[in-house]
Amino acid sequence: MLAYIGRRALLAMFTVWAISVLSFAIIQLPPGDYVTSYIAQMATMGSVVTDEEAQNLRIQYGLGQPIYVQYLKWMRLIVQGNFGTSMEWRRPVTEVIGDRLWMTMVVSVAALFITWVLALPIGIYSAVRQYSVGDYVATLVGFIGLAVPNFLLALVLLYLGFTLFNANIGGLFSVEFQDAPWSLARTWDLLKHLPIPALILGLAGTAQQIRIMRANLLDELRKPYVVTARSKGLPESTVILKYPVRVALNPFASTIGYTLPYIVSGSIIVSIVLGLPTVGPLLLKALIAQDMFLAGTIVLMLGVMTVIGTLISDILLVWIDPRIRLEDT
Amino acid sequence: MVKPEVVLAPTSAPVHRQDAAAAVDQRIFVASQWQLMWWRFRKHKVAVASAFVVVGFYLAVLGADFLAYSDPNASEAQRSLMPPQRVYWFDGGRFGPYVHAVKGARDLQSFRRVYRTDPGEKIPIRFFAQGFEYRFLGVVPTTRHLIGIDGGRDAAKTIFLLGTDVQGRDLWSRLMYATRISLTIGLVGVTMSLVLGVVLGGLSGFYGGIADTFIQRVIEILRSIPTIPLWMGLAAALPRDWSILQVYFAITLIISLLAWTELARVVRGRFLSLREEDFVVAARLVGCSQMRTIFVHMVPSFMSHIIAATTLALPAMIVSETALSFLGLGLRPPAMSWGVLLQQAQNVQTVAISPWLMLPAVPVIVVVMAFNFLGDGLRDAADPYGR
Repeated sequence: MLAYIGRRALLAMFTVWAISVLSFAIIQLPPGDYVTSYIAQMATMGSVVTDEEAQNLRIQYGLGQPIYVQYLKWMRLIVQGNFGTSMEWRRPVTEVIGDRLWMTMVVSVAALFITWVLALPIGIYSAVRQYSVGDYVATLVGFIGLAVPNFLLALVLLYLGFTLFNANIGGLFSVEFQDAPWSLARTWDLLKHLPIPALILGLAGTAQQIRIMRANLLDELRKPYVVTARSKGLPESTVILKYPVRVALNPFASTIGYTLPYIVSGSIIVSIVLGLPTVGPLLLKALIAQDMFLAGTIVLMLGVMTVIGTLISDILLVWIDPRIRLEDT
Repeated sequence: MVKPEVVLAPTSAPVHRQDAAAAVDQRIFVASQWQLMWWRFRKHKVAVASAFVVVGFYLAVLGADFLAYSDPNASEAQRSLMPPQRVYWFDGGRFGPYVHAVKGARDLQSFRRVYRTDPGEKIPIRFFAQGFEYRFLGVVPTTRHLIGIDGGRDAAKTIFLLGTDVQGRDLWSRLMYATRISLTIGLVGVTMSLVLGVVLGGLSGFYGGIADTFIQRVIEILRSIPTIPLWMGLAAALPRDWSILQVYFAITLIISLLAWTELARVVRGRFLSLREEDFVVAARLVGCSQMRTIFVHMVPSFMSHIIAATTLALPAMIVSETALSFLGLGLRPPAMSWGVLLQQAQNVQTVAISPWLMLPAVPVIVVVMAFNFLGDGLRDAADPYGR
C-alpha cells in the first residue's frame, strides 16, 4: 500500500512540475516582457518610467537572462510565497485571488457530490428496471446531459430564470452577503446558491456515471451469487444493495481522478457565464488584460489543487478497495 | 452481432427457411470485414440517422454561400436586433412562401429599436434568387442563392429567417458561414490529434518498455491537468495582430495538443492486443520489415477502431473551439464560428430581449449529439465479432 501511495505521490510531483512549466510558458508567451507592459501601463496613467528604473526592474525580475534561470527565479519566489504582482490590480497576486480559489474548489466538490448523489440511485434504478419507461427517460436525459456543453446549459438556464421567474440564478451569494465577512448566515446563503451551478457542472459527469453504473450493475445482476442470495430468501433490496451494487461501485469510484480535472475545467467557463466568484472570471479578465503573473498563478494553483485532490481520492480509494493496488502494480 | 439470424433459425423450420438461412450463412462467411461492419452499423438506427445529420451539416459547409442569402458582413444599424420573420408557406391556398414587411422605429422611451410587421405588404420568397456574388465550391462564380427576395437592398424589403444581431447582420447567413469554420476546425484538429495519437500510441503499444512507460506517464499527467484554463492561457497568448487563418490554425493546434491522449490510448490498446496475434507473428517471421508489419498488417485491422475513436473525439473539439471563441479567446470577429456568434449572447439582459441570439447553440448541440451517436454506432460496428 505504501509503495502504491509513494508511486502516486511521485507522479503527482511530476504533474505539478509539468504544470509549473506550462504556467511559466503562459506567463512568458505574450510578446514583450513584464517591464514593457509595466511601462505601457504607467504611460496610460500619465507617469513616465525612466530608462534607469526600467533597467532596475529588469534586473530585479531577472529578465534578459536565459529562460531556465528566469524559471528557477520564479520558482524560488513561489516557494517563498511570493507570486508576483498583478499589474491590473497593483496588488500581490495572492491577495487578488483571495478566497476565490477556495470557492472554485467548493463549487467543484459540490458538483462531484451531486454527480454521485444523482447517478447512484438513477443508475441502480435503470439497471434493476431495465427497459422500463424510467430507464429510457434516464438514458435520454443522460445523452442530452452529455451532448449539451455546460456553459450553454448555464446560458439557457440563466435566460429561463430571467424571463420566467425574473430571478438571477447566477452568483453564489445574495447581494447583502457579497462582501460580508464569513458568518453562519453567509454560509447558509452560499449553500442555498450552490445547487444550480453544481448541477450544471455535474450534469455531464452524472450522465456518464449513470451509464457506467447501469452497465456494471447489469453485468453483476446476472451472476450466480445474486441468484443464490435471492433463493436463500433475502429481501430484494438486500439482494441488490448489499452485494452487486457494492461491486459495481468500484469503477464508479475509480474514475474520480479523471472527473475532478474535468469538473474544475468546466467550472471556469460556467463561472464566467453565471458570474460566480471563483477564479474563472478573474482568469478571463487577467488573460484579456495580459496580466500574466495573475493568469499564470491561477493556472498553477488550479492545477496543483486538482492534483492534490486527485491524490487524496487515490489514497482514499486504496484504503476502501484493496484490489486497486493489485491492478495497478 | 450479425449472425443471430443464423443462430436463431429453428432447426425444425421448413426446408426453404433452412436454405435461406444457409444462404445468409454463406453470405456472412464470405463477407469482408468492412461488409460485416456495415451490416452491423445498419442495425443501429439512431447511428444511421446521425450519419445523415452529420453528412447534412458537412454539405452545408460546402454550400455555405449558396445557403446564405445575404452578405454575412453587411451591417445595417437600421436593422439592429430584428426578430426572426415568420414565413408563411401558402399564399391563398397555393404554395408560395412569403414574409410580411417589417417597419422599424426607435422607441423614444427605452431608446430601443422596435419592429412592427405590416400584414398588408407581402414579400415573396424566391428560390434560386439573385444575391451577392461568390464562387460556388470556391470555383464557379455565381450570384444564385437557394432563396432570396426581389427587392435587393431596398431597406423596406427584408427577409431575416433567424433575425439579426446587434449590428443588424443576418443571423441565418452568418450561421451558415460559422458552420463552415466550426466544423472544419474540428476536422483539422482531430487530424492533428490523430497523427499525434497514432504515432505516440503506436510507439507505446508496439515497442513497450521504457517508451511505453514514459508515454503512459505523459498521458496520465496531461489527463490530470484541468485543460480549459490551460487552453485559455495559451489562446490568450496568441499575438493580437495575427490573421484569421493564423489564429485558426493556432487554436486548432492548442486544442489538439491536449486532446490526443484518448486516441493514443485506443491505438496503444489495439497494438497491445494485436502484437501477439498469429498473423502478426507470422508476418514478423517471414521477414517483413517493421514498417510493413505495422502499416500493412496491423493498422488495417484496427482502422475501424481508429475511425470510431476519431468520430467520438470530434465533438469535444467542436465544443472546445466554441467555448474558447465564446469567451473571446478563440477566433475573433470578423471570423465567424458558432462560438463567435454566441459571444453576443453572453449578456443575459440582451438575451432576454433578443432570445434568438442564442440560436447558434442549437447546431452545436445537434452536431455534438449526432457525432456521439454516430461514434457509438461505429464503435460497436468496429468489432463485428464482439458481443
